[in-house]
Amino acid sequence: MNEATLTYYPSRDFKANARAALADSNLRASFRGAMDFLMGKRAAQFPDAHELAELRKLGEAIRQKSLAKLPELLEQLEAKLTENGVTVHWAETTEEANAIVHGLIAAKGGKLAVKGKSMVSEETELNHYLEARGMTAIESDMGEYIVQLAGEKPSHIIMPAIHKTRADIARLFSEHIPGTPYTEDVDALIQIGRQALRQMYVSADVGISGVNFAIAETGTLCLVENEGNGRMCTTVPDMHIAITGIEKVIEKLSDVVPLYSLLTRSATGQPVTTYFNMISGPRRPGEKDGPREVHLVLLDNGRSQAYSDEQLRKTLQCIRCGACMNHCPVYTRIGGHAYGTVYPGPIGEIISPHMLGLENTVDLPTASSLCGACGEVCPVKIPIPEMLMRLREESVRDPHEKVAHPLRGQGAGVDKEVKLAWRLWTGLYSKPGYYRLFGWAATRLRGLTPRHQLGWTQNHVPMKPAPKTLHELMRERRKETGR
Amino acid sequence: MSARENILTKLRAAPRSAPPAPDVAAYYAGTPKLTGLAALKHWAALMRAVRTEVLWVRESDWPRTLAEQVAARGIRTLLLAPSTAHGARAAAALAELAEPPLRLGFDQTIDGWKATLFNEVDAAFTRVRAGIALTGSLIAWPDEHEPRTMSLVPPIHFALFDTRTLYPDFFSAMSAENWAAGMPTNALLISGPSKTSDIQQTVAYGAHGPRELVVLAVLPDEIDLAELEADA
Ligand code: SF4
Repeated sequence: MNEATLTYYPSRDFKANARAALADSNLRASFRGAMDFLMGKRAAQFPDAHELAELRKLGEAIRQKSLAKLPELLEQLEAKLTENGVTVHWAETTEEANAIVHGLIAAKGGKLAVKGKSMVSEETELNHYLEARGMTAIESDMGEYIVQLAGEKPSHIIMPAIHKTRADIARLFSEHIPGTPYTEDVDALIQIGRQALRQMYVSADVGISGVNFAIAETGTLCLVENEGNGRMCTTVPDMHIAITGIEKVIEKLSDVVPLYSLLTRSATGQPVTTYFNMISGPRRPGEKDGPREVHLVLLDNGRSQAYSDEQLRKTLQCIRCGACMNHCPVYTRIGGHAYGTVYPGPIGEIISPHMLGLENTVDLPTASSLCGACGEVCPVKIPIPEMLMRLREESVRDPHEKVAHPLRGQGAGVDKEVKLAWRLWTGLYSKPGYYRLFGWAATRLRGLTPRHQLGWTQNHVPMKPAPKTLHELMRERRKETGR
Repeated sequence: MSARENILTKLRAAPRSAPPAPDVAAYYAGTPKLTGLAALKHWAALMRAVRTEVLWVRESDWPRTLAEQVAARGIRTLLLAPSTAHGARAAAALAELAEPPLRLGFDQTIDGWKATLFNEVDAAFTRVRAGIALTGSLIAWPDEHEPRTMSLVPPIHFALFDTRTLYPDFFSAMSAENWAAGMPTNALLISGPSKTSDIQQTVAYGAHGPRELVVLAVLPDEIDLAELEADA
């Protein structure tokens, strides 16, 4: 296993990362190809625009209702799960969540954890935490496994290794898995991964997974997957620990039907995934397999900040399908790593500021052309562009201004030069004498306009004031026409 | 205060308005429903599209078909549930093969034989609870006779499916059977053998679970096989 741990802290380097990614033509080609493929697959799943519109409306309503009742539903979920024999834990921070998981494994004297896909455990950097304490956590989702072998982070929330070519993976496997010859045959590579991981399920002390939907009514944890590794992790080891965000709860069992359909069709363009795994408790007396202990860790990590504001709360409607990134022109060009955060693309731009603070993510809400594609494809109708605008606003709000629900890092984007420019502009535009003088000077001295105007002149001719101001032109016209 | 209290207090302090209530039942009441032959054809087409082998059988002859399939694959060890009626019929048919496979039952908890289960069992035979036409899925509720790992760990899974339990969609299945009143420890939808597209979006089967899913789909006598496979 590659020991190197990458602590991705913030997206402070976003601009530099993005520039580097843009210069990498292989990376751009692989993301372009992959995104075109995923967009095509999704479109093919929704041939009927009316059905899509109605289903999205339903999905949005379910998620909004769940959020409107969130504290009550979390309590109901906890009560139901407890009744079913599942232990529920609560964590405000990533550190707390990791400590809970570590404590549970340590209490059993465990050393080896096998993991199903969980973005929340990426958020908490759980593997790193466990490894630093002498435990081993093996990712078992093929994409996550590849990324873990490479000592990297996922670059997409659904397809973690989307940035890797088969040659990259062939090299990785032959270097890291003992006795593996170099092969670029995809079937052969998957069989190599399968063999390497199957033994892990047998020896693991604990299985760790995420949760796609947590149903309050029945106390059920739902996992969506194709590979079967999620089922392995939640079935074979003696203990299963699920970790998820507090927003994942839904009220009714039947609510899961439209959400599951929206998720698989939006994410990978499949009518359904291979497995939909609904877990409602540990092994009961008489049953012969399944974990004897099941735990659920509910993580806040900034979600309650998003929750406190009714507009920003919509961020929490997300079902993590990844469609917004697949359709994002920025994500497609720079790939997932440039964002520097666990969640890249549009969803990352709107959720990361709550997790890491605007001071660490100030560039993210600006990493968008506001073309609106993300909001249009989002299966639960999150108005992502609106969220981006709001976060931009909060990032330049005076840090000392008192507001009802201040965001962490309020005002982190305040730029002294920009502020000064606006102050000058306000002065100029509020005094007619100055304004006329400015207009006269700007038009008469237009020859002095710089030829290089930052990003604008990369693909536009330089801007230049007109020879006369609009007021002057209007005056002349009136004189000519006599009106 | 505990993390739990802190989180709940923060959530409760937020302003909340009641959004319009979703009506899932009304939505599904308004969607078209596949029935009869059309439902079977659609179900089979979707299952086959993800490399499931669908074999139409009758109540009287499925054990023979199972035995043929097992023999054709050269399966040496097969896991089944002899304590169930269908398991006993399967075991009897397999015993008559020229080279009968070793027929194992899941007689003890998994803990005692994990490694054997993973390394030495070639296939498993279980019955599924129902099917879903719209998405081409099977519904399984593993139990003490046919535990969860039977449909997961062995590389080949033979599933016995009574097509009279084919529901038009997932919503119809869970409401007709009133799942909300009590869920088993584990309920599953299975739509094909295990697969992944994690390497350059290329689909490969047999990622972690079964490489092959063979469904013995039991047809009632009134359904004509020729009609079912016509332009399917
Ligand atoms: S924001 Fe919407 S489109 Fe993006 S991942 Fe979440 S649910 Fe999917």
